[in-house]
Amino acid sequence: MSSILVFAQTRGGRLTVVTAQALSLARQLADKSKASVVCAIFGDAPPDAKAFASTYGADKLLVAAHQALASYEAQAFTNAAADIAAKIAPEIIILGATADGRDVAARLCARLDCALSMDCLAVEEKDGALLATRAQYGGKILASEELTGKPAILVIRPNAFAAIENKKDCAVEEIAVNPGDCKAQVLEVVAGPEGKAELTEARVVVSGGRGMAGADFDCLEKLAKLLGGAVGASRAAVDEGWRPHSDQVGQTGKVVAPDLYFACGISGAIQHIAGMGSSKCIVAVNKDPDAPIFAKADYGVVGDLFEVIKALCSEIEK
Amino acid sequence: MEIVVLLKQVADTEARVAPTADGLGVSTGEAKKIVNPYDEFAVEEALRIKQEMGGSVTILSAGEDKAAEAIRTALAMGADKGVLISDPAVAASDGLGRAKILAAALKTMTFDLILAGLRAVDDDSHLVGPAVAELLGIPHVGGVLEVTVEDGSVLCLRAADSGQARVKAMLPALLTAQKGLNTPRYASMIGIMQAKKKPLQTLSLADLGISPDSVGRVAAKTLTKTFMPLPKRAAGRMIEGETAQEKAANLAKALKNEAKVI
Ligand SMILES: Cc1cc2nc3c(=O)[nH]c(=O)nc-3n(C[C@H](O)[C@H](O)[C@H](O)COP(=O)(O)OP(=O)(O)OC[C@H]3O[C@@H](n4cnc5c(N)ncnc54)[C@H](O)[C@@H]3O)c2cc1C
Ligand SMILES: Nc1ncnc2c1ncn2[C@@H]1O[C@H](COP(=O)(O)O)[C@@H](O)[C@H]1O
Repeated sequence: MSSILVFAQTRGGRLTVVTAQALSLARQLADKSKASVVCAIFGDAPPDAKAFASTYGADKLLVAAHQALASYEAQAFTNAAADIAAKIAPEIIILGATADGRDVAARLCARLDCALSMDCLAVEEKDGALLATRAQYGGKILASEELTGKPAILVIRPNAFAAIENKKDCAVEEIAVNPGDCKAQVLEVVAGPEGKAELTEARVVVSGGRGMAGADFDCLEKLAKLLGGAVGASRAAVDEGWRPHSDQVGQTGKVVAPDLYFACGISGAIQHIAGMGSSKCIVAVNKDPDAPIFAKADYGVVGDLFEVIKALCSEIEK
Repeated sequence: MEIVVLLKQVADTEARVAPTADGLGVSTGEAKKIVNPYDEFAVEEALRIKQEMGGSVTILSAGEDKAAEAIRTALAMGADKGVLISDPAVAASDGLGRAKILAAALKTMTFDLILAGLRAVDDDSHLVGPAVAELLGIPHVGGVLEVTVEDGSVLCLRAADSGQARVKAMLPALLTAQKGLNTPRYASMIGIMQAKKKPLQTLSLADLGISPDSVGRVAAKTLTKTFMPLPKRAAGRMIEGETAQEKAANLAKALKNEAKVI
């Protein structure tokens, strides 16, 4: 039977939301072609891995427990992924477009000499062809790509696909893989701040720009916390040293598409719009009524961002 | 240290980007061409390593003839020489095809370290660096934030899913540069003058022994069919109110009841 292979991804010992989204997409595609969904996990599987895989529609969970796969290293993961792909011979491989996900997918694509769609936003099968939609130019344009040959790798953008519960009986198997004699080694992993939502996966992003006039982002942090979101920044705020580079949203930063995006003290330069223009709902707070950001916003508020955001926090806390 | 930097020329990030009338290509209007910003980080890091350890920095780019300008920019920053693979098949290739072209060129060159950008800000593929490393059978470290070259190896800090990871790779290795690695220098007047005299070699695919049907559109397994503009957004509205409190209350109401996002 043909199959679709999903590589599970964990963060801080937990399976990620994008893994649930990848499994759900795999299930949908598999149901159409009567294929099975195989989920593979590297390193130590979290205790709830079977329940998780089963909830989102996997027929089988393969556990590749190997010491060399405890933390992400490109060659070791590529070797292991290629071993699994050789055994399963999947039609499609799906994984999440995170830093590590993109990195291993790119290397695997060269190993398997196959098609790959990076950061895809939508997938359809039409007349036997596999088509993926993805953004280019940091989000300024969409491209429709056809992936030919087998396997085809889909690296899906977090939150572009829904996580759908679809319980299946999921068998668990250990699988032997050979991470190889690797020429690189992870010495240490410095965990990010506990509980801090990753920008590209957050449902709400509250960004600040030069209008923040300093490194004090407390009011944005508070709003983000109230809404269960993450804080982002314009390049101006990053270049000033107020925020880390990893917070930058835009054509040369992260591309985000949350349900709700706040642009506070951000003028709306084309490079910034590129990275957040596909958000479902955009709120702009700016003291300049002529700021270009208002043309891109669903809701615009003219005023001092500190006053408006503080008042908004009180409203939400009510 | 022999260092090669993979450098791509891209449209200025100021560019307004739209599908061409037939939907098969991308129009960037009058936008000028620039060095891919992530590749500037790669060039800067290469120059810093060279300053410390000696050796040379070679810029390798695949593209059209115009990409020579981008190589000259890197030479003006301080790189030693450039190699341009100019062939129409480059633009027609998918990301893997471009990686194959670059890997073929690298096989004819000597290197201890290859630096690339994490991504090109036009196609956003995030693909070429790791793919080249795989094709060359060397290790790579993706998204580096700090680089220290040691005897026979390179120690990197990279942006990883779970935070940051310290990774040691044996040389030769390939690194992809993430934002935050460094602040690229500007080319000096003298640098720009000197760059004009630095060697820049132009090669065709035939020079590299690459058969035209192993890359280009015919070989592409990932084929861009059409480009589409972003879906149009409905016009937004301004939130009314006399005071910040009133505006905030009206905004909260709109987000709850209309947009249903909080
Ligand atoms: C190669 C290149 C790549 C780039 N990539 C990116 C990118 O990825 N992301 C990105 O964001 N930018 C990027 N830029 C930069 C971009 O062009 C703009 O310079 C940048 O986005 C401006 O940031 P800003 O809106 O925060 O600052 P500004 O343009 O200075 O705007 C500040 C805004 O804050 C408002 N303001 C000030 N005080 C207050 C207050 N108290 N209350 C409310 N509003 C206030 C002002 O009215 C103004 O509109 C890039 C540029 C280049 C050349
Ligand atoms: N045509 C090219 N010539 C030279 N280097 C390239 C080319 N395309 C991509 N690269 C390198 O690969 C990186 C990632 O590009 P991409 O995979 O297109 O996002 C870039 O930052 C460059 O360092």
